[in-house]
Amino acid sequence: MGKIADKQMICEVLMEAAKEDKDIVALCSDSRGSGSFTAFAESYPEQFVEVGIAEQNLVSIAAGLAKCGKKAYAVSPACFLSTRSYEQCKVDVAYSNTNVKLIGISGGVSYGALGMSHHSAQDIAALSAIPNMRVYLPSDHLQTRELIRALLKDEKPAYIRVGRNAVDPVYEDGQVPFELDKATVVREGTNVALIACGEMVKPAKDAAELLEKEGICASVLDMYCLKPLDREAVIRAAGNARAVITVEEHAPAGGLGSMVSQTVAAVCPKKVWNLTLPDAPVITGTSGEVFDYYGLNAEGIAAKAREILA
Amino acid sequence: MNLKALAYQLRKDTVDIICAGKAGHIGGDMSVMEILVELYFKQMNISPENMGDKNRDLFIMSKGHSMEAYYAVLAEKGFLDKEEILQGFSKFGSKFIGHPNNKLPGIEMNSGSLGHGLPVCVGMAKAGKMDHRDYRVYVVMGDGELAEGSVWEGVMAAHQYGLDNLCAVVDRNRLQISGNTEDVMGHDDLHERFRSFGWHVIDVADGNDIDELDAAFEEAKTVKGKPTVLIANTVKGKGSSVMENKASWHHKVPTEAEYQTIMQDLEAAKEALEAWEK
Repeated sequence: MGKIADKQMICEVLMEAAKEDKDIVALCSDSRGSGSFTAFAESYPEQFVEVGIAEQNLVSIAAGLAKCGKKAYAVSPACFLSTRSYEQCKVDVAYSNTNVKLIGISGGVSYGALGMSHHSAQDIAALSAIPNMRVYLPSDHLQTRELIRALLKDEKPAYIRVGRNAVDPVYEDGQVPFELDKATVVREGTNVALIACGEMVKPAKDAAELLEKEGICASVLDMYCLKPLDREAVIRAAGNARAVITVEEHAPAGGLGSMVSQTVAAVCPKKVWNLTLPDAPVITGTSGEVFDYYGLNAEGIAAKAREILA
Repeated sequence: MNLKALAYQLRKDTVDIICAGKAGHIGGDMSVMEILVELYFKQMNISPENMGDKNRDLFIMSKGHSMEAYYAVLAEKGFLDKEEILQGFSKFGSKFIGHPNNKLPGIEMNSGSLGHGLPVCVGMAKAGKMDHRDYRVYVVMGDGELAEGSVWEGVMAAHQYGLDNLCAVVDRNRLQISGNTEDVMGHDDLHERFRSFGWHVIDVADGNDIDELDAAFEEAKTVKGKPTVLIANTVKGKGSSVMENKASWHHKVPTEAEYQTIMQDLEAAKEALEAWEK
C-alpha cells in the first residue's frame, strides 16, 4: 500500500464495516470532500447524514442518533469540531455518554496558509479536559486503520485528530504493533526519550536515526493515545533516559508536553523539554514549512537532544 | 385524579421539592406543568417498564432548569421515588441535581445548557426514520432559550430531513431571568419564524389547558412530511398570584408565609378541577 491520508483510511475502514453493520452512520458538515467521505456518502446514502455548515448541530444530531442505537462518526475539520462544538462534545457526547466518534480532519496546522481560524492547535487540551472523552492522534494511515477498527468495537465517546495530507508512514504494512490505549514503542534507547504524537512521530523516529549515527541512543514512543495517556509507557521511557523531549503539533499549554511533564514530575523527576507550536498564530506557510520554521522536524528534534546531552 | 387536577397536585409536589432543596426554577416549573402532564400521562408511550423498548417515544427536557417539575412528573410516573427526591434534591453528594441527568431512570439525555435539546431530538427522529420505527420524539424548550443559535440549526435540519415524527413545544411564558422576553431578545412573530423554516405551527392559546394541549398534540400526529411546533402560551409561576407573571420568581424559594399561600392557592385550584371529567 502506498501512502494515503489518514482521513481516507478512516473512510475505507468505515465503508468496510458499514457493509455488514447498518447502524454505522457517518455525518459531515459540508465536509465530505475535505474529509474524503464522498465515497462513503455515495456507497451508503442511507447511512450518511449531511448537516450543512453547522458543527454544533453536527455533534448534537450525532448524539441523538447514537442514543437511538447508531454508531455515529461525525467528520468535520478539527478546528471547528473541537472548539465551535465544544459544548456539544462536552454535554451531548461525553456527559450523556453517547457512542459518538468525533473525527477531526485536517488537524493541527494542516490548512497551512489559511491561518489561525483553520488551525486546531488547542484540541488536545480542550477535549482532554472533558471527563469521559478519549483523545487519539494516530501517527500514520496504518496505525489509523488499527485504531478505527479497535474503536468500532466499543460504544464510548472519542475524539480522533488526523492531518490533511498523506504523510510518510511510521510503520510497515502488516507490521503495525497496536494495542488500544497503549503507546507504541517505535524504538528503544537510553540517552534520551522522544515522546511524540500524530504527524510528529515520523520526524522523531528520523531524529533518532540521525542521533544514532552520532552515538546518541534515543528511544521513540508513539503516544497516539493522549487520553487515556499511557502513563506506564511514559514512566518506562523516562526512567530509562537522561532526559525527555516531547514533540507535538499543538499549542504549548495542555497538550502532550503538559501531560508527560505532569507524569514525569510526579513519578520519575527529570528534565522534560516540550517541542510545540508557539502560543501565537503560526507563520504563514504549508504545514511542512511551518514545522521546519519551529524546529518540529528531524533536525530540530535532534538538535534539541544534542543540546540537552552536551 | 384527572389530568387537570393532577397538574396542580404535581405543582404542590414541585414546590415541596424546591423548599426541601432550598433551590429551584419555580416560575418555569409552574408554567410547563400541563405540557409535561399531557405528554407523560396521555401522549407518550413511555413507562418504567418499556425503557428498553426501541419503539418507545422519546423526550428531552431542553429547558432543563425546570427540573423540579420534571422530578415531580417522573416520580408520579413511577420512575423515581418522591421521598428520595425530597430528601436529596440539591444536597451534598445527591444524585438529584438541578438539571436532567441520564444516570437517573426515565431521563434520556443530560441537558441544562440551553439550545441542545432540539438538535439532539433531530438525531433521534432521524434514527427513527432510518430504522422505519414509528416512535415520536418530543422536546420542550423555553422561549428565552430560542435566542440560542443552535436551536435554529436544529430547526433547519428537522425541516430538511422531513421529520414529521418530531414535535417541539415552546413553553411561551414570556418571561426570562432579566425580564420580558421581548425586551431581552424579542421573537417578533414567533409563529412566522417557525413557519418560514418550513415547520407546521400550532398555537395553543392557553398552554396551561390540558384540553387545548391534547388537541394540539393530536393534530401534530396527523402532519406529514414536516416537523411540528406547539407554541404553548403559558403563565410563568402559574397557580398562585404570589408568583404568577413575576420575573423575580424565575429562580426563587418561597418564604414560609409565601409557601402557605401558594399551597392554599394550588390546593383550591386542584379541588375546583377535580370535578372535571374527561
